[in-house]
Amino acid sequence: MSLQTPKHIDNPAVLYMDGVSVSFDGFKALNSLSMVIAPGEMRAIIGPNGAGKTTMMDVITGKTRPDTGTIIFTDNANSQHDLTRFDEADVANLGVGRKFQKPSVIESLTVFENLEMSLKGGRSIWQALLHKLTAEKAQKLDEILDMIDLADKRDELAGNLSHGQKQWLEIGMLLGQEPQLLLIDEPAAGMTDEETMKTAELFKRLAQKHSLMVVEHDMDFIEALDCKVTVLHEGHVLAEGSLATVKANPQVIEVYLGR
Amino acid sequence: MTQTKQFGPLTRLLMNDAAGRKLLLILVLMAVFIPLSNLLLPEGSFFHVSTYTMTLLGKYLCYALLAIAVDLIWGYCGILSLGHGAFFALGGYAMGMYLMRQIGDRGVYGNPELPDFMVFLNWTELPWYWLGFDQFWFAMLMVLLAPGILAFVFGALAFRSRVTGVYLSIITQALTYALLLAFFRNDMGFGGNNGLTDFKDILGYSLQSDNTRAVLFVASVLALILGYLISRFIVTSKLGRVLVAIRDSESRARFLGYRVEHYKLFVFVVSSMLAGVAGALYVPQVGIINPGEFAPINSIEIIIWVAVGGRGTLFGAVIGAMLVNYAKTYFTGAFAELWLFMLGGLFVLTTLYLPKGVVGLWAQLKEKYQAEAEDNPPALNTETQSKAAPEQQDKLNFVQGEKV
Repeated sequence: MSLQTPKHIDNPAVLYMDGVSVSFDGFKALNSLSMVIAPGEMRAIIGPNGAGKTTMMDVITGKTRPDTGTIIFTDNANSQHDLTRFDEADVANLGVGRKFQKPSVIESLTVFENLEMSLKGGRSIWQALLHKLTAEKAQKLDEILDMIDLADKRDELAGNLSHGQKQWLEIGMLLGQEPQLLLIDEPAAGMTDEETMKTAELFKRLAQKHSLMVVEHDMDFIEALDCKVTVLHEGHVLAEGSLATVKANPQVIEVYLGR
Repeated sequence: MTQTKQFGPLTRLLMNDAAGRKLLLILVLMAVFIPLSNLLLPEGSFFHVSTYTMTLLGKYLCYALLAIAVDLIWGYCGILSLGHGAFFALGGYAMGMYLMRQIGDRGVYGNPELPDFMVFLNWTELPWYWLGFDQFWFAMLMVLLAPGILAFVFGALAFRSRVTGVYLSIITQALTYALLLAFFRNDMGFGGNNGLTDFKDILGYSLQSDNTRAVLFVASVLALILGYLISRFIVTSKLGRVLVAIRDSESRARFLGYRVEHYKLFVFVVSSMLAGVAGALYVPQVGIINPGEFAPINSIEIIIWVAVGGRGTLFGAVIGAMLVNYAKTYFTGAFAELWLFMLGGLFVLTTLYLPKGVVGLWAQLKEKYQAEAEDNPPALNTETQSKAAPEQQDKLNFVQGEKV
């Protein structure tokens, strides 16, 4: 894989998006979207339906190619990659993990097998065919199992887990990938209040090592995250700041309540 | 349990595969006793297996290998190929070409170089693509390469463009149909409508002799065992789990960083080669290969074998292929016109009532029996029915009503 190094940016952000636009049949899903995520930052993204949140994630993870704009990702080794050139698998291997809104774990595999598959490295056919679990990796898996509170469900089929547990398993699978940046789509959807708060705690712990971008509708959850909030509307950034500032912004109020 | 125990390669393959172990045991016993009883026991003996039966079983074994090939891609990776008969037929043609060259000057026209149909077409020399097929090793190489290369090219194009689901099924069907039409043409140089037949020898041994038949039978068993173990090696590895991930949630596999198209291509090519080997062993036992083997209906039948047996288990495919083909042999003899309706009906019934096939039904019954044995002391057994889920209750009533 030859990786491109585009123009150098001082004090690199983990993710740098500038003027990203995407349109589908004339509809502008993203309209000159710009955003910067700093290393170790947690960012909440809110916005009404159709604001472009999912499209934004698609564009970052290589699922959708933007019409215009730059998306630069800085990996652990401080080298920079233009994400618009890569597809899903490449972007994932560069260090961007993505969690879907609907929990997408492999239901016919066990919790352990799901996590094992997510572990960084060994993505080629031959590596997968001749794969052996090393003691080091086994230990890493146990750590993740503890972190997501599923150690006792290790050999359970993922399909038998509760909704909240599936969400956690998927978060565990993201951690296995050891990404710098985690994109997380509505993690609290369908969770109980208690699970929601536990998830918020987990994310805060994760933010010490990773950068997180969390799309969420649940305001209590966002409040619990206690981080900078970006409001998207019609494919661009409407407001940015603390939850209190954003909530007080008249434009935001109009978008959410007005019309 | 952080430390996983290290097992020998064969142990790992069969460790959690009780059914597979039984299957292999039966196959080994078949490989030993059927040829022995055919060759050593007198024809009148009760335990004598006739050459006809042995050859018929050999044919079923080839079908079973073909079914494993399809289960590998369909059951584990969700690729529903409706054209796998094409790879089987290509393997068969590669073997057929070798057998044609073995005829030598014993053909009707007595031409030492050219097969009869070429003499008949007034051809004067062997086409370039027939060169080398007088060598057994070369023909065997082609048995693997002809299906493998076709699968590679076809798969690379299809999987790269992310053709999936029913669209992929349709183009695989189109592939085998296109090959059917091509091989029907005389100027393709594969015997046209009649295909390749009138074989005499293989490696210098007469195909008519019981000894040769016995060796071919044993070779079919060994190929099936080897095919099973190779497939088992694949599905028990991490690669196998990636295949399942692709089957259940393709985008999840992609966002985990796996190159879905490479994985699909790998397993598709392996599968096509297994199908090719099955075809190559089939041809000397039935004595002919013609374009009819490319017919779309053949490929659909393979799917039915796997569905009836139970997909995603490998040994289920073997059981399905054996059962359906035995039924076919019996019913096409007894009620020839009805067979296709029965086959269609079988598929519909399997889809509706046995989504996991015969193997799944067996597991279900076993589980139910065990649950009953655990939950209820024998004296209370009469009440177990009321504990069944409402759906099952209906079926139970239905079954009982029939009995009464």
